[in-house]
Amino acid sequence: MSTVLQPPRHYLNDGYGVRSWLLTRDHKRIALLYLAGVTFFFFVGGAMAVLIRLELATPPGDLVTDETYNKLFTMHGVMMVFFFLIPAIPSVLGNFLVPIMIGAKDLAFPKINLLSWYIYVVGGLFTLYALISGGLDTGWTFYTPFSTVASTTNVIPAALGIFITGFSSILTGLNFIVTIHRMRAPGMTWFRMPLFLWSTYATSLINVLGTPVIAITLLLVAAERVFHFGFFNPAVGGDPVLFQHLFWFYSHPAVYIMVLPAMGVVSELVAAGCRKPVFGYSFVAFASLAIAVLGFLVWGHHMFVAGESVYSALIFSLLSFLVAIPSAVKVFNWTATMYKGSVSWETPMLYAYGFIGLFTIGGLTGLFLAAIAVDVHVTDTYFIVAHFHYIMVGGTIMGYLGGLHYWWPKISGRLYNEGLAKLSAGIIFIGFNLTFFPQFVVGYLGMPRRYHAYPPEFQVLNVLSSAGASILGVGYLIPMVYLMWSLRYGRLAGSNPWGAVGLEWTTSSPPPTENFAETPHVTWDAYEYPAAVETHVA
Amino acid sequence: MAARVDALYFFLLAIAIFFGLLIAGLIVYYAVKFRRRSPNAVGARIHGGMLLEVTWSVVPLLITMVIFVWGASVYFAMARPPDETLNIYVVGKQWMWKFQHLDGQREINELHVPVGRPVKLITTSEDVIHDFFVPAFRVKADVLPGRYVTIWFQPTRPGRYHLFCAEYCGTRHSGMVGEVVVMEPNEYETWLSGGAAEGSLASAGARLFQDLACNTCHRPDAQGRGPVLEGLFGKTVTLQSGETVTVDEAYVRESILTPSAKITAGFQPIMPTFQGLVTEEQLLALIEYVKSLQAQPQVTAK
Repeated sequence: MSTVLQPPRHYLNDGYGVRSWLLTRDHKRIALLYLAGVTFFFFVGGAMAVLIRLELATPPGDLVTDETYNKLFTMHGVMMVFFFLIPAIPSVLGNFLVPIMIGAKDLAFPKINLLSWYIYVVGGLFTLYALISGGLDTGWTFYTPFSTVASTTNVIPAALGIFITGFSSILTGLNFIVTIHRMRAPGMTWFRMPLFLWSTYATSLINVLGTPVIAITLLLVAAERVFHFGFFNPAVGGDPVLFQHLFWFYSHPAVYIMVLPAMGVVSELVAAGCRKPVFGYSFVAFASLAIAVLGFLVWGHHMFVAGESVYSALIFSLLSFLVAIPSAVKVFNWTATMYKGSVSWETPMLYAYGFIGLFTIGGLTGLFLAAIAVDVHVTDTYFIVAHFHYIMVGGTIMGYLGGLHYWWPKISGRLYNEGLAKLSAGIIFIGFNLTFFPQFVVGYLGMPRRYHAYPPEFQVLNVLSSAGASILGVGYLIPMVYLMWSLRYGRLAGSNPWGAVGLEWTTSSPPPTENFAETPHVTWDAYEYPAAVETHVA
Repeated sequence: MAARVDALYFFLLAIAIFFGLLIAGLIVYYAVKFRRRSPNAVGARIHGGMLLEVTWSVVPLLITMVIFVWGASVYFAMARPPDETLNIYVVGKQWMWKFQHLDGQREINELHVPVGRPVKLITTSEDVIHDFFVPAFRVKADVLPGRYVTIWFQPTRPGRYHLFCAEYCGTRHSGMVGEVVVMEPNEYETWLSGGAAEGSLASAGARLFQDLACNTCHRPDAQGRGPVLEGLFGKTVTLQSGETVTVDEAYVRESILTPSAKITAGFQPIMPTFQGLVTEEQLLALIEYVKSLQAQPQVTAK
């Protein structure tokens, strides 16, 4: 606080060479390295989505071959899930914010943090190699025995890429857990932590406990392909459904790896956007942990039609309804936080509104899928595609973009063009709904997912969806432009442009390499606002 | 059944619309009513309220439990076929559906059934996992290699209905489609008799039973080296290990492909495997033949 508004030295001008970036141990620089990585994979995965939507604009398979189409949706899923959605918020925003929010100088293991990024890059390159050298056509779900016996594409390089990247998730999760346990500043008790840290902590637990399972599962797939073991192939005594149990044991919790961090971001956005404490702090915090724990117990709801016994289906259905409750509690608490707030209409809050609305639709349609009788009809149709995009794109990406806009002045020290930012937030919201809402309808009408060609009666809804996707694509490109532009031409942000509370807003923007001039002593609760705030815009 | 699924669906839709509008309405209302009026204004210091937290935890919990019980009870009915059904065998393979009627008719990518009768499909796959999905009937089930999955439905209106493969199965997945043709009973009878059938499925199984020389050991007179098959289907047999097993499609299949897995008590594990020697469709014919064998009055099933 005693530093001047424009510090002579901060983490961005503390060395300019390539080595100063590629060998950095500063969590903030590593966050930016991740930002480059996840942005790259987001646009690779996005480009494939564009081709998918173009193909589906007409019923026959006329733009690309069926083989290419299958590779497109597979690689879209692999890229987006493993290289964008899972790492995006923890590795970019989490890396940047976890130490600052607890008043620490860095993460507990700065070198391991850098190692995590390199592991992520190597895994990504492996997968990219699989893509360029012929592609993968198993779907991101790698279902056996198709992936182990029938597919002739690059299953092993892609699986290895995901296997390698898993270590990056595990190490980052471990780093966060140790850091949050051991490195909180004096006075920063668990219940004074911003809610973003609670959700990051819960996410890290899932990463550490769940990721080894997918790693081993993919190794088994590779081993069965190479050595023809009978793990999953029934022709040699294996059980193909066993794979689904192992796969979803990780991949359902992975949904919470993707959405819990976004929930944490939204808690911060809502608190700052209303300038008041989040309603029911401890309920929101414990809801994160409840989701992390219950999330491990519901994997079987992906397999209601996969020959699961009637009784296990019942138990998984019941548990799936239970996991909906903590999510509902969060939505109600965020909404209640707005009551008697000083409610902002700035860009980060627009993303928070978008998140709550879209996540609510995603969550409510989840109830349809937990109800077994309805799930039987809509599973493996576009209803599912719409549902999980409402959670992952409407939830995670809205949260990620909201967080990026909220902390961008802290990260870059500059303000972006607020008008353009609001415009693109609106375009994204409209484009998103136009893309994915029709898919609920076409799914209930019976259109299966992963179809290269489809009956003509589904065309109108598909054209709407493709039109929405083109709007959505534009919405995602605009922030690239004005955020880059702001780096050079944006107004200086000052330490606290939003008038928000939280340790990250007490240090300069961009923060110095050591984050704080002196270690803060925390004597206040999270989101404790004074009677009036001052905004520090230079 | 479709009507019962739809009733639950519309109940869910009503709940979703109610809560969706509630949340969206509150957000818009609060965002306007409590909008920031001066740049330095802060919100009221409200930390929470126990009554509200309990309310919005318990009310959704109760609602979801209603949905759970409803969804589960409809599912129970969907999972249990009636006793009297018209049975048809289904084999999925990359990328076609093959149907085998008991009377001998075979079809590809088209399934003819009579209106008003419960139809039971006994399905399996030759290669990877497929999924039998008829949206109009609200019926869907994965068709698994190495297993028999039973699906049933009761068509209520004549017509032609989409049949899709709903589990991604490779290059021509979206071409693995067909139609279920629901016919009036008399038209169905005409269609059944019109086929160039080579006798019933069970009789094809009987010929195979001879050709593969199964009949040298499995004799109806209890003098053979293998168990008597007459009247065996549906019964419970005791194994060497002392366990018991019900003779169903899966057990007959396993006993042909991996005979040593479950040996009936009192017999030697001398039967050779037929893995690789019989196709999925031949297996179905053999199973249907075993099913057709009635118990001889003087012989009791082992």
